[in-house]
Amino acid sequence: MSETNMSGLSAMTRGLVTIRVANQPLGIPVGFVRDVLGPQGISSIPLAPSAIAGSLNLRGRIVTVLDLRTMMGLSRTESPEKAMNVVIDLDGELYSLLVDQVGDVLSVDESTVEALPHTVAPEWRAVSSGIVKLKDELVLILVPDTLLAMASVAANTGLDS
Amino acid sequence: MEEYIKDFLVETLEALAVLDNDLVRLEAEPNNASRISSIFRTLHTVKGTCGFLGLTQLGKVAHAGENVLGRMRDGALSPTPEVISAVLRCIDAIKDITATLESTGQEGDRDDSSLIAELDSFLEADGGAPVAVSGDSDELAAAFAATVAPDRPLPPEIVPPEIIPVAEPVKAASPEPAAEARREGTIANQTIRVGIDLLEGLMTTVSELVLSRNQLLQLARNEKDSPFVAPLQRLSMITSELQESVMKTRMQPIGNAWSTLPRIIRDLGLELGKKIELVMEGAETELDRQVLELIKDPLTHMVRNAADHGLEPTADRLIAGKAETGRVWLTAFHEGGHIVIKIVDDGRGLNAEKIRRKAVDSGLTTEAEAAAMTDVQAFRFILRPGFSTAAAVTAISGRGVGMDVVRTNIERIGGTIDIESKVGAGSTFTIKIPLTLAIVPALIVGCAGERFAVPQISVVELVRASDTSEHRIEQISDTAVLRLRDRLLPLVDLRQLLGLTGSAADDSERLVIVTQVGSWHFGIIVDRVYDTEEIVVKPVAPVLKHLGVYSGNTILGDGAVCMIVDPNGIVARVGRIDISAGPRGIDARSSVASTNAGQGRRMLLVRAGSGMRKAIPLDLIARLEDIDVNAIRRADDGRLLVQYRDSLMPLVLAASDLVMKSSGRQPVLVFADRNARCAGDAAGRQRQMGLVVDEILDIVESDLRIEIDSGHPDVVGSAIIAGEPTEILDARRLLHREGLNMADVQAMMNVARIEIEEPVS
Repeated sequence: MSETNMSGLSAMTRGLVTIRVANQPLGIPVGFVRDVLGPQGISSIPLAPSAIAGSLNLRGRIVTVLDLRTMMGLSRTESPEKAMNVVIDLDGELYSLLVDQVGDVLSVDESTVEALPHTVAPEWRAVSSGIVKLKDELVLILVPDTLLAMASVAANTGLDS
Repeated sequence: MEEYIKDFLVETLEALAVLDNDLVRLEAEPNNASRISSIFRTLHTVKGTCGFLGLTQLGKVAHAGENVLGRMRDGALSPTPEVISAVLRCIDAIKDITATLESTGQEGDRDDSSLIAELDSFLEADGGAPVAVSGDSDELAAAFAATVAPDRPLPPEIVPPEIIPVAEPVKAASPEPAAEARREGTIANQTIRVGIDLLEGLMTTVSELVLSRNQLLQLARNEKDSPFVAPLQRLSMITSELQESVMKTRMQPIGNAWSTLPRIIRDLGLELGKKIELVMEGAETELDRQVLELIKDPLTHMVRNAADHGLEPTADRLIAGKAETGRVWLTAFHEGGHIVIKIVDDGRGLNAEKIRRKAVDSGLTTEAEAAAMTDVQAFRFILRPGFSTAAAVTAISGRGVGMDVVRTNIERIGGTIDIESKVGAGSTFTIKIPLTLAIVPALIVGCAGERFAVPQISVVELVRASDTSEHRIEQISDTAVLRLRDRLLPLVDLRQLLGLTGSAADDSERLVIVTQVGSWHFGIIVDRVYDTEEIVVKPVAPVLKHLGVYSGNTILGDGAVCMIVDPNGIVARVGRIDISAGPRGIDARSSVASTNAGQGRRMLLVRAGSGMRKAIPLDLIARLEDIDVNAIRRADDGRLLVQYRDSLMPLVLAASDLVMKSSGRQPVLVFADRNARCAGDAAGRQRQMGLVVDEILDIVESDLRIEIDSGHPDVVGSAIIAGEPTEILDARRLLHREGLNMADVQAMMNVARIEIEEPVS
């Protein structure tokens, strides 16, 4: 089942939940998004890779919190307990992305999506499938599955250190 | 895959699982006509459905098997071991094909013609060509009628046909099977098939409900006059009941893990040329599905071992004057919050001398240590990796892999193995495992401002360590150790281990959690201990699995997520502690082993009233508490009560001349019904009571050799413990005397119905 169908949009358009991390607008396909939460109490997980900010309790389910900033090669989110959380569902496991801001749901025409230029940092290219050109800004489309792969890579390197 | 094929697979696999055992039993009592009929029917159904679904391969195999069974049913063929073996192989073939069908959706191309030929040969040998079985058409008609009946109600004068009319003529001799079949029918109607996902989902939802309830109760506690209090109390009770019911849905009889064993033992017997009887008792004992899955393989391995190594060859048995048929007993029963499984054989027993020699040869221990070891200690060597005393390696076992894996698997789920054995008389393996892994009691500890849970099953004791107190953390180069009862205990600083940077408020006093992993004792240093809590264990996210230090995570009463620290993982991470070596390890382990053997026991030494020191077996005590004397109330009938963990706990004085302090805190030993969680007290309250003492002195190990029988009813007797005369209290009597319900006391004490009873009676 594709996210396009889940969002109830036609095959040529898709819904994106827009978020902002380090002032960069990003879009997450709505099909993956389970919840949007305000600031949450986050318990840290010692020894966890830097991409993992901790875990939180979403109505009795334990959600692993991913710090998008560290994954993008930026500094850690200063106070994760003050950030917004976008909870995504990846194969039945829940993960939360720490974001600065959550915006509208965009309905995007597939034809306006353009591939990422090669000059964009590899961290971004690894997790994005394209760019949506809005009137006043460019929104990067995140591919949630790849985020997890990145967190795991980070996990493995974290093991070495 | 098509829906009806799926249904067919589920039904067939279920039916086949029963068939194995039916066949083995049939071999033992060849004249049981109803059993033959039942096996025949199963194969017949498989065959019939295959034809309907166009599964020709499967149909052919089932048909060949059915023919043989049909002949047996007619009395033309007797179920000799050869015939049964062929039918068992036929069932194996059916299982294989269904497995292929399940994974690929196709029957796969395998050649069963030789099997079919073998099955057919039985028909020829007894005269007559392999024709369709005579009862076939009746059977079909009956099955057909049975299928149609529910859809189209029959006129009342027509009695609905019995599902098993073909068995009728045979049954005339023995009417019981029909009644049995009918009873099975009604049981089947009272159960439904529910997906495991749904049950797991239910469990998660109920856990959430429990947490929300706890939060509500917390809020309500501050508002005594709120109109919400009464309905909240009701909600609380209903939630507890619901939680218990849901827990029960996860329970399954242990027999499910045993179902394959009769067949394995039978095949083993044939292969080794031994006569083996497997006696299974307590198959209905229930335990958590998850635990069941985890012990399945270890159990199979141990039963196999008992039959292969434990039992001597038939010739040897006859020489030793034993019965020709070797026996393996498999029993399961509940004891406290645990399930105990015993695997007993009447074989040759373990040779402690041989094991000692082998241990010395392979460098696991020294001559001197081996000589000083008790037999029970020596037996534990067989649980080490690569340790096998079997002279000959058979196809089944004897390669020295196995028992260590068994031990690891059992210890991973918080279980223990104990071995008793006598040369020539056989061996007993006793496995003790928790009923469920889903909810476990845990210690919530604090370290550098973070909270962690440590499962209580791995906690041996807690020691407060500070520069001023009796116990002090000392350093050997950069390794911390603690002197504990004249022994050095290696320590692991949780703060260091987890790379925590935050500092504790008070660094001068820290706590050491003495932990046992396998046979090794070590201490984990933490800043403080908050509380004990019953936690719902949830697995960690896949991206965290590699860390190894956490065995799961959980949500605490206040809603925060908390990581569960796994002492096994700590050992693995620290690496420097070699858990599989060292005489210390064996020593420490032996205390546990010998407890069960009735030699030594851990006793809590206390001072209560005037007179001698008193001791109570430690395993009876759930917790040690310091209770504020101001919180203790005296009821009208003179009983003492204290509010403890949301309920009222009765208190009993450990000595009649004990005078409680007028202010401050009084040490109390808490006895709790460890079974309450699982057994279920309708109100969801936990039965517990406290024994008031003056001072807790120490924990010692003692032989518990009663020297003087005491005239006092509350005292079992006196013994020399740690060099001083000590009275051993009979906690059960003491608590019972104070008007507590005997059943309650019994429930609390059933963990240890041990030898302590003997001196009294």
